[in-house]
Amino acid sequence: MKVLVAIKRVADVNVVVRPNSEGNDVELTNVKMAINPFCEIAVEEAVRLKESGVATEVVAVCIGPAKAQEQIRAAMAIGADRGVIVETDENLEPLAIAKCLKAVYDQELPQLIMFGKQSVDGDNNQTGQMFAALAGIPQGTFASALVVADGKATVTREIDGGAQTVELSLPAAVTADLRLNEPRYASLPQIMKAKKKSIETIPFASLGVDGTPRLKVVTVSTPDKRRAGTKVSSVEELVDKLRSEAKVI
Amino acid sequence: MARESMPYDVVIVGAGPAGLSAACRLKQIDTNLSVCVVEKGSEVGAHILSGAVFEPRALAELFPDYLERGAPLLTPVTSDEIYVFQSGEKSLKVPAFLTPSTMHNQGNYIISLGNLCRWLAEQAEALGVEIFPGFAAAEVLYDGDNRVIGIATGDMGVSATGEAKDTHMPGMELHAKYTLFAEGCRGELGKQLIAKFNLSQGMDPQHYGLGIKELWEIPEKNHRAGLVVHTAGWPLTETGSTGGGFLYHVGKNQIAVGLITDLSYSNPLVNPFEEFQRYKHQPQIQKHLAGGKRVAYGARAIAKGGLQSLPRMIFPGGLLIGDDAGTLNFAKIKGTHTAMKSALVAAESVAHAIIDNRAHDQLDEFEDAWRNSWAWQELYQQRNFGPALHKWGTVLGAAYAYLDINIFRGRLPWTLSDPIPDHAALKPKAKVEPITYPKPDSILSFDLPSSVYLANTSHEEDQPCHLRLASPELPMQKNYPIYGEPAQRYCPAGVYEVLENAGGDAYLQINAQNCIHCKTCDIKDPQQNITWVSPEGGGGPNYPSM
Amino acid sequence: MKTLIYAEHDNQALKSSTLNAVTAGLELGQELHLLVVGHGCGAVANAARNIQGVSAVLVADAPVYDYQLPENVAPLLEKLTSKYSHILAPATTTGKNIIPRAAALADVQPIADVVGIETTETFVRPIYAGNLVAKVSSTDSVKMMTIRTSAFEAAAYSENPCEIEELSFEFDAGLSTVVGQDLATSDRPELTTARVVVSGGRALQSAENFQILYSLADKLGGAVGASRAAVDAGYVPNDLQVGQTGKIVSPELYIAVGISGAVQHLAGMKDSKVIVAINKDEDAPIFEVADYGLVADLYEAVPELEALLTAYGVEVDAPVAVSA
Repeated sequence: MKVLVAIKRVADVNVVVRPNSEGNDVELTNVKMAINPFCEIAVEEAVRLKESGVATEVVAVCIGPAKAQEQIRAAMAIGADRGVIVETDENLEPLAIAKCLKAVYDQELPQLIMFGKQSVDGDNNQTGQMFAALAGIPQGTFASALVVADGKATVTREIDGGAQTVELSLPAAVTADLRLNEPRYASLPQIMKAKKKSIETIPFASLGVDGTPRLKVVTVSTPDKRRAGTKVSSVEELVDKLRSEAKVI
Repeated sequence: MARESMPYDVVIVGAGPAGLSAACRLKQIDTNLSVCVVEKGSEVGAHILSGAVFEPRALAELFPDYLERGAPLLTPVTSDEIYVFQSGEKSLKVPAFLTPSTMHNQGNYIISLGNLCRWLAEQAEALGVEIFPGFAAAEVLYDGDNRVIGIATGDMGVSATGEAKDTHMPGMELHAKYTLFAEGCRGELGKQLIAKFNLSQGMDPQHYGLGIKELWEIPEKNHRAGLVVHTAGWPLTETGSTGGGFLYHVGKNQIAVGLITDLSYSNPLVNPFEEFQRYKHQPQIQKHLAGGKRVAYGARAIAKGGLQSLPRMIFPGGLLIGDDAGTLNFAKIKGTHTAMKSALVAAESVAHAIIDNRAHDQLDEFEDAWRNSWAWQELYQQRNFGPALHKWGTVLGAAYAYLDINIFRGRLPWTLSDPIPDHAALKPKAKVEPITYPKPDSILSFDLPSSVYLANTSHEEDQPCHLRLASPELPMQKNYPIYGEPAQRYCPAGVYEVLENAGGDAYLQINAQNCIHCKTCDIKDPQQNITWVSPEGGGGPNYPSM
Repeated sequence: MKTLIYAEHDNQALKSSTLNAVTAGLELGQELHLLVVGHGCGAVANAARNIQGVSAVLVADAPVYDYQLPENVAPLLEKLTSKYSHILAPATTTGKNIIPRAAALADVQPIADVVGIETTETFVRPIYAGNLVAKVSSTDSVKMMTIRTSAFEAAAYSENPCEIEELSFEFDAGLSTVVGQDLATSDRPELTTARVVVSGGRALQSAENFQILYSLADKLGGAVGASRAAVDAGYVPNDLQVGQTGKIVSPELYIAVGISGAVQHLAGMKDSKVIVAINKDEDAPIFEVADYGLVADLYEAVPELEALLTAYGVEVDAPVAVSA
């Protein structure tokens, strides 16, 4: 069974980003980029499936600039066997990314496509679901556990207020939540081995996907600072305000 | 658990300007040499912080076509201003003809040293160097004859209590014919090597400064790309401390502003972070920052002892290069060019030794080559600048330095000495006046937590504390009663706090996750009780363009 | 130009998040309908008729919609895009599961976690974990989005129930089945989804003292969080940490007890709807973001607060409701 893992190149989650000077985008010049943490979890899960004999090959695919090869190499250092990059300098939206992934899916024909549940830059939480729709396959979002056996995927999903377990026919799309696993550290020998693995480059233009943004970013700004409210003089006054003014209790 | 090992011709610790220059030079001399660089930062440049005004002499030797190769030397220095701040309001502009010639900057560039390193790493990788960011060298490896044979990277996935977690990955031994240590100022392994091989015997103790820097974005109309401002005097003079400030108009709409506080300060209540915050309110600084927004913050110690403090750089199996040894030229307030030059000289010695089938021996030939280099000559000429300032203060010291450097060109037959180590300089707090620092206005000056936030620092939470106390009791037994535990104030990242527990007893809280790897605690602790060791690889600040 | 709200429910009761989404929908200034998809969800539909501003309730009630599986629900929503200019769902795990799938079928780029509605085309949403805010303008003919519930008030109920329209469209993709569901019922809610969070800082001084916060949280049906300082000091486990390096929460009510309010902590909770700070240091930065600040000794104030809540008869407001 082949597993395709979609990964995204994002600003490192430890970096405090800021708007650019025009105020219409995020300033990413010289910001440290990394593999999206949820995508890394997806890669780890795919590699574990391979290590347990369920999967035979793990292919990491990334849609992004040439430099996103770094993130594919990072996935390979965890254990992905080969990589595909759909190369574009456009900042594509989830819909266009899902369409690109659909094209790669048609070429690779995997039984399982793993995603991170969301990227820590756009926080959209859409790509896996949108891809699954385009491919006409089931989706197991927010996965905290995954078992693949007997031609189906059993996914435990973290939903509001608890957990839900779904059984999906294969091929299926699964998006990884935080608790699915804790990714391993890449070792030096693995990093060196990763440098020798192959990455296929597919020019975005060759896929015939329309990448025109549907959403125009008007402004990017830092959130309004909250303003100090009122000081209350007693617990009684506090409870009163929470009941009558804020109406939260 | 047994560690795996990998053999290389040369292993280099630290992907800063020295380490990367050495790596490039080695491959230029012999492309067959296998060269590996380990770097504790999450990426090359993540832990690099410097002013920086850059003199391209060594870079031009390494890559004569550096501009064609796209080296990020984007802002040539266009004008130089020097001020002596007499107070928070008053200042004197020093006429150009009165400043030491070393402080003139024609032909130099204002750069982000982090970005220069990122570029150097690309050049190195293109030459075939293997660079491993996210891996800290944690241990020097010796053979039975006490010769250095490489390093081991730190274990990953160890819990705070020292147990192996599920993700545990043992460190890796990287063996080398020669190992170059380029960790920067007060390197963890460099410190061990200096002690083990007695490398600083007969030298003055090393002296240090703590540089705190911020990056600002200012309105385009106020930006004067290429303007370099250096200052001396206030606010450090208020506490009898020394050091100096800088403010550079760099790139597009950015200003690099910072204050270097010499760690020889004697008042234990001095807070370098607060000194820097109030520094920005001086009208000569404030006017540049008006309407701007702070976008980055960081700090790093520098070695500024110069030639008098420079240890022997060779030992069996390796060398200390750059600021790990202490090659900074404080008279120029620059160290990158001399660090790079020391690396080039070292790389040449190492490459030829390996070509001659040597390994693990002491490269005595390096000493002559280094002494004959322009970098050593430059350090020699300006050897008296720092001690003069320290001895006689900013004004007299600068006058002396002016004579020494401009008139006698360093040929005066004596060498000034500065024998008190920085950690021994503190007076008891009972003997000093309390200092009241102004509250931050959140426009020009800021509190510490919101500053550290902009250093993007992070560490795996569940790992052993990387700030080791030889004696856990000393801080409360000695430092606190005598000096009011100065770590609370000298640490520019809020790592050290004295708190009270439920029983009302004071204790030292170490917030290791805040650490921005500046090394000041390792330097300044009066008991020399704190040892900075590298945390799990990849931890620490993530500086974007510092 | 009509707006459709996808209702959040569990076939028994309408979830309050639906009411927040309705308020967001009403800001579009258009006729607004509510869609209830489920199985045996008549009571939900009935309750929804009374939400103020809802002029019709559409119901798709069929076994295939029992768990609102996205494979089955998305085609239904896609069909409805021909009738609606805006389709909104609460940004819950249900909404986030279904809306993107339906949008892809309709060739629409959805907008996630909307916290502000500027015009019928321009919306505000947080990015980078709320560190930045993006204003985006959609060129799609149908705007599909999920609504961050804490950013909008709950819609009120009216006396005049609207009509119910039964949808006959029924679709079974046959791709997925639910084989188990385990919803925590009476336990403390999860930190990131709790309606109320009571957080403690280093001023609690010990793990034992955190008990008073657990007690207060239970009274309010809330979760307990902590500042990094409290985690570092070992008072509570790591996974309770709220902040830049911990969890990002945006509950309706956030009570910060003995937390100074370092910027890293604020990054994790500043999107809470109402922030209460209890701290004895009146200069603590937490007061600069708190809607209600009380300068007091926490060991006195917290038990008093709990006692007063008991006196007022405040009990766990489980996110159930509401039969009309």
